[in-house]
Amino acid sequence: MIGRPGSAATTAAVAAAVAAAVVLALAAAPLVLAPYAVTVLTRILVFALLAMSLDLLVGITGLPSLGHGAYFGAGAYAAGWVTLHASPSGPVALLVALTAGGLVAAAAGCVAVRARGIFFLMLTLAIGEIVQQLAESWHEVTGGSNGLYGIPAARVGGAALVGDQAVHWWVLAVAATAAAGLWLLASSPFGHALRGIRDNEARMRALGYRVYGYKLAAFVVAGAVAGLAGGLLSAQQRLVTPAELGLGTSIPALLAVTIGGAGTLWGACVGAAVVVLVRDHLGASLGGHGSLLLGAVFVAVVYLLPGGAARALSMPRRRG
Amino acid sequence: MTDAGMTDAAMTEPGKGAALSCAGLSREFGAVRAVDGVDLTLPAGARHALIGPNGAGKSTIFRLLAGGLRPGAGRIWLDGADITRSSEARRARLGIGQTFQHSSLFLSMSAGDNIALAARRRLGRPWWPLPTSGRAERERADQLLAEVGLAGRAAAPVALLSHGERRQLELAVALASRPRVLLLDEPAAGLSPAESARLAALVGELPADVALLFVEHDLDLVFRLATRVTVMHLGRVLVSGTPAEVRGSAEVQAAYLGTGAREDLFTGGAT
Repeated sequence: MIGRPGSAATTAAVAAAVAAAVVLALAAAPLVLAPYAVTVLTRILVFALLAMSLDLLVGITGLPSLGHGAYFGAGAYAAGWVTLHASPSGPVALLVALTAGGLVAAAAGCVAVRARGIFFLMLTLAIGEIVQQLAESWHEVTGGSNGLYGIPAARVGGAALVGDQAVHWWVLAVAATAAAGLWLLASSPFGHALRGIRDNEARMRALGYRVYGYKLAAFVVAGAVAGLAGGLLSAQQRLVTPAELGLGTSIPALLAVTIGGAGTLWGACVGAAVVVLVRDHLGASLGGHGSLLLGAVFVAVVYLLPGGAARALSMPRRRG
Repeated sequence: MTDAGMTDAAMTEPGKGAALSCAGLSREFGAVRAVDGVDLTLPAGARHALIGPNGAGKSTIFRLLAGGLRPGAGRIWLDGADITRSSEARRARLGIGQTFQHSSLFLSMSAGDNIALAARRRLGRPWWPLPTSGRAERERADQLLAEVGLAGRAAAPVALLSHGERRQLELAVALASRPRVLLLDEPAAGLSPAESARLAALVGELPADVALLFVEHDLDLVFRLATRVTVMHLGRVLVSGTPAEVRGSAEVQAAYLGTGAREDLFTGGAT
């Protein structure tokens, strides 16, 4: 009893120290890396935040979504539109992106979280496709299939975010803050309840928990953080196309969560790095067969590392 | 003297003084009437056993009372309030606690966290989105673990607990929300004689105002714990009375204990 809070605090302190070291290393990276490598690292950060938000649903709440790109895309479009037409402020764009992701997720979640398992998966897929169709057909706002282009550099603290370094540091600051927020949420009583729902939804109901409310709240938070990641994408690429909303985003995000190990949050970051590097960089050197290679990596992980990289790194596997 | 004297007419009223009662409770699965017009009244402090062969409808009654299943007909009252249409979660918040026939725990968590999840719903702010010290939950968990015979096992992962330990933990989880009505579905199933004796002692120590309804195949345990026994057969109440009345009932002897089903009754008990 006396040892437990102490050891939990020690574990948390070690985790915080490792996280701080990783953030410091990422912050120092632009000083030593070539500009192209910095761009890649920034893209990994954006994608890692998306994957972490999806892990809150998939790994922690036990809701496997195939439509998470919709909330990411909603945030990207909202941030791009605001920067183009309303305000050049970077924080304002991100706030709008967060809100947009959360609102779209709230609307979708009301319907989706009533379903379970494969039905939940199909509903999120269908809603994701509807949102993508909307983005392609609502020309006045989204620019149709061309998307939003010529987005000006966002301004943060009076300076425009131009150059790979400035963009990288902005993305890192926001992503690290959001990741810390997700980690706090996952460690809270609310996060504990979400794990309870994942483990045994019927028992949670029998204990008096309003399961629907918890699931909906998790869905909205995951959508809002995905929207925030979309806002970061808009600030980095300064171009948003309908491709960001569809399966082209949703599936790699789910792959990242699975490869990294669902339910740990940090595993999703590892998975995100693997996905971006394999698909976009290793794949590019193989004549554009990145997706094929990613598929092969996924199959290998499922067979060799059930539970993903996080499980493989933190506990020995038992054979049945 | 006891509620043995209540008439059917009295039971269709939301029983005065009853913690939990039901009247005309029925549920069909396809052509099978799993539960067929069952009346039960549990006053506060009741120690009421539900026995009968497999398929008698005991577990179905539990699910109907706890809200996991909706009745085809009949009504249910908790402290005089009609809860027939209330959700399972609402009934739990109103004071119904339960354990299940098959172990129903949070398998990725420690024993202490299983209890904390139940205790926190009761202690308040289960939705709080920032980390907390969790001291109140931990203290409650340690206290309950000691009560059920799992002292010092708070950090043990549930996945590594034995069957008997899981049954003990189930009970601790159910008690963590301080229920006023406790439904235990075969609490002694698969327990060793020593574990079974501990369970009996624990039930003896339940707060006096908690109404207990339990399904059990171990008749020794039933007659040791229960002050009232209801025998079910094919979805209906065959006999309901004191343990002595049930033991002495020719109807039970003939229709149930005498048919070779007695061995069946002991399948969940000690060897």
